[in-house]
Amino acid sequence: MRRIISILLLVIVTFGICQSLAKIPFGTPKTKVGGRYINEGVKETGAANIVTSVVLSYRGFDTLGEVTILFIASIGLGAVLGGVGKKTVTKTEPASFVLSTGCKILFPLILVFGAYIFIHGHLTPGGGFQGGAIIASAYLLIYLGCRQRRVSQTAYMTLESLGGLSFVAAGLVGLAVSGYFLANFLPRGTVNLLFSAGIIPVIYIAIGLKVGSELTGIIDNLVEES
Amino acid sequence: MILAVSLLVILMLVGAVAACVFRDLLNAVIAAALVSLIASILFYFLQAPDVAMAEAAIGAALTTAIFVIAIRRTNRYEE
Repeated sequence: MRRIISILLLVIVTFGICQSLAKIPFGTPKTKVGGRYINEGVKETGAANIVTSVVLSYRGFDTLGEVTILFIASIGLGAVLGGVGKKTVTKTEPASFVLSTGCKILFPLILVFGAYIFIHGHLTPGGGFQGGAIIASAYLLIYLGCRQRRVSQTAYMTLESLGGLSFVAAGLVGLAVSGYFLANFLPRGTVNLLFSAGIIPVIYIAIGLKVGSELTGIIDNLVEES
Repeated sequence: MILAVSLLVILMLVGAVAACVFRDLLNAVIAAALVSLIASILFYFLQAPDVAMAEAAIGAALTTAIFVIAIRRTNRYEE
């Protein structure tokens, strides 16, 4: 009896969701603001990548919130796992020669690729979050390949704080110079050049360093415990 | 194109169901990583390379690694 009721409920809910989804006109422009971003975004912000212009210029404050959430998550994990000061490096069998050499060769390449992604965030797809995640995956590789190597805890914590502080500092300078938080006070420059789009590359480099060191810290905490 | 996308979507559904069904949690995590990987390929096909990159790096790589580390600390098999 209960099973029949639950199946009936599922059917009704599915029907309702499908009914309301069918009424949404997918593919047609519904909001004016989206068209404005697509048509005027490159001109107004100087960033060739429209997604970046939305993420860091029109919706820069939301991005600050996102970075803060990641920061809190990282702090929470560090607190739960008892991070600072406790070093319990367990003896593990060293990885094979092929694996550790492969990791050592791949590590700098992935690191450079991650840095490329966030430095060119305003020109090509990607940005601070993606580049930071790629850098963290490079550190994951080095943890898997050569267990004895460690990133110093102070190094990534300093980088993390530096990234967050420079993001907020860039916003405050914008407030002082142009009158509102995260204002783009630097010259826009020519579109499609590396030095263009004002403070967007600066903020993305800060976010890239912050996210990369934060995710590395999370991995470091977890690996240290296991 | 449509054939390739529908194949990928079917594979993704199979991965999602497998992630729920498997009793061996390591296999379930790999199936969930497959879902993330195919999602990132589909995002690329939908002309959202930014999201595809984030999905591939975080969903397929980092989340899988964190799950595997967690499984190493706890039980491998679901009771």
